[in-house]
Amino acid sequence: MTARFRSHLPRRQRRPHASIALLAGAIFSIAPLLTLADTPSTAEANTTGLAVTDDTVTVGILHSTTGTMAISETGSVQAEKLAIEQINASGGVLGRQIKVIQEDGASDWPTFAEKAKKLLVEDKVAAVFGCWTSASRKAVLPVFEQYNGMLYYPTFYEGLEQSPNVIYTGQEATQQILAGIDWVVDEKDAKTFFLLGSDYIWPRTSNKIARKHIEKLGLKVVGEEYYPLGHTQFNSVINKIRLRKPDVIYAIVVGGSNVAFYKQLKAAGLDLDDGKTTLLTISVTEDEILGIGGENIEGAYAAMKYFQSLDNENNKAFVAAFKEMWGEDSVIGDVTQAAYLGPWLWKAAVEEAGSFDIDKVREASPGIELNTAPEGYVRIHENHHLWSKTRVGRARADGQYDVIYETEELMEPDPFPEGYQ
Amino acid sequence: MFEGYTLGEIGSIFAMQGFAGLILFSVFVLMALGLAIIFGQMGVINMAHGEFMILGAYVTFVTSNVFADSMPALFGGYFFVAMVLAFFIAAGVGAFVEWAMIRHLYHRPLDTLLATWGLSLILQQIFRSVFGAREVGVTLPDWLMGSFGLTDLIEVPINGLFVMALTLLISFVVYLILFRSRWGSQSRAVVQNRAMAGAVGIDTGRMDRLTFALGCGIAGVAGSAFTMIGSTGPTAGQLYIVDTFLVVVFGGAQSLLGTIASAFVISQSQSTMEFFLSGSMAKVLTLLTVVVILMLRPQGLFSLKLRR
Repeated sequence: MTARFRSHLPRRQRRPHASIALLAGAIFSIAPLLTLADTPSTAEANTTGLAVTDDTVTVGILHSTTGTMAISETGSVQAEKLAIEQINASGGVLGRQIKVIQEDGASDWPTFAEKAKKLLVEDKVAAVFGCWTSASRKAVLPVFEQYNGMLYYPTFYEGLEQSPNVIYTGQEATQQILAGIDWVVDEKDAKTFFLLGSDYIWPRTSNKIARKHIEKLGLKVVGEEYYPLGHTQFNSVINKIRLRKPDVIYAIVVGGSNVAFYKQLKAAGLDLDDGKTTLLTISVTEDEILGIGGENIEGAYAAMKYFQSLDNENNKAFVAAFKEMWGEDSVIGDVTQAAYLGPWLWKAAVEEAGSFDIDKVREASPGIELNTAPEGYVRIHENHHLWSKTRVGRARADGQYDVIYETEELMEPDPFPEGYQ
Repeated sequence: MFEGYTLGEIGSIFAMQGFAGLILFSVFVLMALGLAIIFGQMGVINMAHGEFMILGAYVTFVTSNVFADSMPALFGGYFFVAMVLAFFIAAGVGAFVEWAMIRHLYHRPLDTLLATWGLSLILQQIFRSVFGAREVGVTLPDWLMGSFGLTDLIEVPINGLFVMALTLLISFVVYLILFRSRWGSQSRAVVQNRAMAGAVGIDTGRMDRLTFALGCGIAGVAGSAFTMIGSTGPTAGQLYIVDTFLVVVFGGAQSLLGTIASAFVISQSQSTMEFFLSGSMAKVLTLLTVVVILMLRPQGLFSLKLRR
């Protein structure tokens, strides 16, 4: 039965891409020589019975490829597979090629937990790259802690969590929110805010942080509204926005509701592109714009750590490799990039530790840095989140963002922000 | 909550809010008509109704791409072509489904429930395989996006007006078909007494197929229209299905007039409450109200008068 699930990699991926290999070799110059010189024996590098042989190591990918979340999680799977292929092409990890077992969480949280257990207990994978929603992460967390696995979680999320068994490669809420609000206050001279979100933990926690920050700055929140997930009629809230006339609409709407909200906002005459209405969001990446339609969201501002249009050599090579592997039309959002970091951070930690053992990898993780990340430089904090910059982008009609601001310093991750809870 | 606003502003907001309620009403009617026809006339609970709507939305998506690629000059008018295509394609698929599946399950309501739910999963996966798991963006002609500014505060969205006009038109056509055409009187005869209708020479099997196809076709048009206000993705149909059932059940399953009345009541109360409370609370209160009314009046707002 297990053999049937072990489809490792899809067919198109098995074909070696000479050019990707070259690119990877060129960019990620942790040279094969270095790893060859330093290949510990399996007995040394694996003392806890993980799926490691003399020339392979097995890892798991756990995302939804079916169900409602497939829309969002597909990009993460693609990025993780790209990173793994590049790592293999440049010599693997501790001289071992990475093999992948992919499981489908099917947008169903108990299924995530069950598959996580299977990956850890039956397959004995050395690391898992996966999960997207907070709900799925919360579902697998006890499994990872009980069986001592290591999860690389890519999504920006609400914070309030720090597990020894998870490395959070996306931003936690304060990193994303504070810099964005500071920017809009400085740049747009904003005094009043209208907070809007889908009704679940991430938007609610994020808006709570946003509200505290706004009030600390001595500014005013003139409205705070939540709508059920999947809500498609936003005319009432648009009227409220019109009545309260906030300087900034702060929107954390997700999923299908996103599309409805921006279309109706535009139809109601609140054009984001004419300079009169300012909207700042933390929930719309390039992936979401595909569904919303660039013409409906042009002129909106988004605060996150990565945009596909970032102008640096790492990112250009990453975008080119991604498109070569997954097609010219691919778009890459913040989470997709964060997912791409997972395998590289894991590789760096394993090589730092000289071992695949989970405990040693955990010990080696804080301080691990990556100069080759598409977003620029990142480093793992003691609290298992990443130091990273936050950027503000302005949406263009073609579905991309113009990056118009980035923080000078790396933002410190602070999953339990004092004074913001 | 109104301190600090002039009377004029408050008046404008009420006008806008009333209009928002009317748009919601049109959307509800458009969603529910197809389901009400199938449920009311045939007693079949079509769980795949949302997927038929999304089928219409995807037809619109494909049509818009074809127009943009091959005849950009006519792009402004593609929406009408798309709606007609959406109707016939959804109706065609509906007729096929009725022939292949539904007709074997009449008088077994629980089984049709399960079968059509399965159908909805199958359709979702087909959409996902054909169009990909991500949502697609349907490009709309410019004249549909935007608004009339009546005053500084009152702006009327054009796509809202379009949906309202479409709802009026479709309701009128359905009325003509069901109550003013020969086909309609045959269809109603089948509903009232199937055996007798068959005995006087009405082909009841054919009536069923056409009724089901009509309901699905209307769902297709609704889906096509909703590309203006909502998302188009494999599972987007699920966003509509709960509201749709709410409207149909609350209105009384066998009455189209009831469907319209219930759509009006639900949409107006929802949009009024949304303005004074938060969105989630408004939804909770709407559902609670409907539950209480259905407890007191299980047959819904309107029902056929029957001798018991």
